[in-house]
Amino acid sequence: MDDLYRQYILDHYREPRNHGSLEQPDIHAADTNPLCGDRIAIDLNVRDGRVTEVRFNGRGCAISQASASMLTEKIEDATLDELRALTPQDVLDMLGVEIGPARQRCALLSLRVLHQGIGGPYTGRMDDDDDLDDEAAAQALKERDSSGV
Amino acid sequence: MKTLEPSMLAALAPREDFPILAREVHGKPLVYLDSAASAQKPRQVLEAMENFQRTSYANIHRGAYTLSEEATAAYEGARKKVARFINARNVREVVWTRNTTESINLVANSWGGANLKVGDVVLLSEIEHHSNIVPWQLIAARTGARLAYIPVTDGGELDQEAYARLLETERPKLVAVTQMSNVLGTLPPVREMIAQAHAVGALVLLDGAQSVPHLPVDVRALDCDFLAFSGHKMLGPSGIGVLWARRELEAMPPFLGGGDMIREVSLHSSTWNDLPWKFEAGTPAITEAVGLGAAVDYLSALGMEQVHAHEQALTAYALERLAAVPDLTVYGPPAERRGGVCSFTLGDIHAHDLATILDNAGVAVRAGHHCAQPLMERYHIPATARASFYVYTTAAEIDALAEGLMQAREIFAL
Ligand SMILES: Cc1ncc(COP(=O)(O)O)c(C=O)c1O
Repeated sequence: MDDLYRQYILDHYREPRNHGSLEQPDIHAADTNPLCGDRIAIDLNVRDGRVTEVRFNGRGCAISQASASMLTEKIEDATLDELRALTPQDVLDMLGVEIGPARQRCALLSLRVLHQGIGGPYTGRMDDDDDLDDEAAAQALKERDSSGV
Repeated sequence: MKTLEPSMLAALAPREDFPILAREVHGKPLVYLDSAASAQKPRQVLEAMENFQRTSYANIHRGAYTLSEEATAAYEGARKKVARFINARNVREVVWTRNTTESINLVANSWGGANLKVGDVVLLSEIEHHSNIVPWQLIAARTGARLAYIPVTDGGELDQEAYARLLETERPKLVAVTQMSNVLGTLPPVREMIAQAHAVGALVLLDGAQSVPHLPVDVRALDCDFLAFSGHKMLGPSGIGVLWARRELEAMPPFLGGGDMIREVSLHSSTWNDLPWKFEAGTPAITEAVGLGAAVDYLSALGMEQVHAHEQALTAYALERLAAVPDLTVYGPPAERRGGVCSFTLGDIHAHDLATILDNAGVAVRAGHHCAQPLMERYHIPATARASFYVYTTAAEIDALAEGLMQAREIFAL
């Protein structure tokens, strides 16, 4: 357990970075985990395809909130294309702790909200991840990879 | 610490009857404290279902062959057991559904669709499960009826003065309330509430999802009009539930159409089967009905008075143990007025984190809004952790919960 709730996770939970909202953000997105009610909202200002400012608001467990806080630190100054290329695994790696299946949704809510805002692939809506047809999924992945992200 | 009678420390039911309780989670003995979400099954239920499938399974009400006759007898026999269990007047008052949710949807659509008009009021309460809110919102949108809510007090009980007032001012056609809150454990005084509702001409639906598994429930003594409950919360399988209803059932139009629910079908019209089959379209959960019959036998052998007494003793003990955990807040009424459910928060630790830490200690609790978001809003909390008890729960398991919570405090440096 000490493995999951590392000091830095608790630190981000209790003192989240980039917490709050932007006055008139270029991009705003928010979503919840319907099962548990975790909520994240992300505001971005963007210039020349690059994030200039980011804030997030939310409520929920330490994992979901620390994930959002750490993600906002990671995306400052990133280009939108770079952010669209972020994968769930990138976010899990960023968290740096073992996240069991029951908590993946918490850990990945912030990425889902970000991708909803910037038109990334990981929106949590019905998408390629759930395709049973392997060929179609492979094709979709190829298109995604060749679209320059 | 309050000391329990030695008999109260033990489980009420033999724990060996529940095969799953022998397993470990994360190397620790399983401490299952989520029976309010779904109960574990005794081997008597598992074996009844398996034996039925092995020896007597066939579709029901169909073939004139031995197997189908045996299957029909088992299926209808289970209905009779359930009817006795809740003291129904007639076995035909018991309609099989999938679960409480479907039972309430049946009433909302069938009774509500036929009887609710623009401006009519359905009176609910602030402690309802989503399954006793959303079906009414849907039918209200279709009929133009309106919903009103009995408020909950800070102490987690239904405000009875407000209720009396609402009956006068709103003149509801139906009152739909839970007999036991799945979040707070609240046991509203439904008997009095039903009498008051009838006095202004309203019918009463009771959500029995939590009460039927844990308390003696007697529909004649209660004098309610509808009672909805689920097999899976009362030691039975998932996929089978019950709507009990009296007279009103006969006049209600069908809910789902299809096979089994008809008397005669022609190309442009049909007539309906007798009760209760009129409301049982298509091949039902046959094996599950048999399993629920076995669960009812098991609970009856334990005695529902004993079940309730066991859970009240455990709840009193749990409330004392939890009160000794610093920074912990328990929601809901005192032990003598609640069922075997404790919802709580611990400092600034989110309920999910608590559940994960407890899981690591082998303790299974529920975390979240418990399908009662309006109630969470009312208390301004996003979520709670909830421990709930049943016939196999012991005081030692509550000790394990308390220890796990102390561990959580350490991890979060509270
Ligand atoms: C009070 C209450 N009502 C209704 C339900 C819904 O039961 P089911 O999911 O079996 O339909 C539940 C289950 O959590 C409950 O606790």
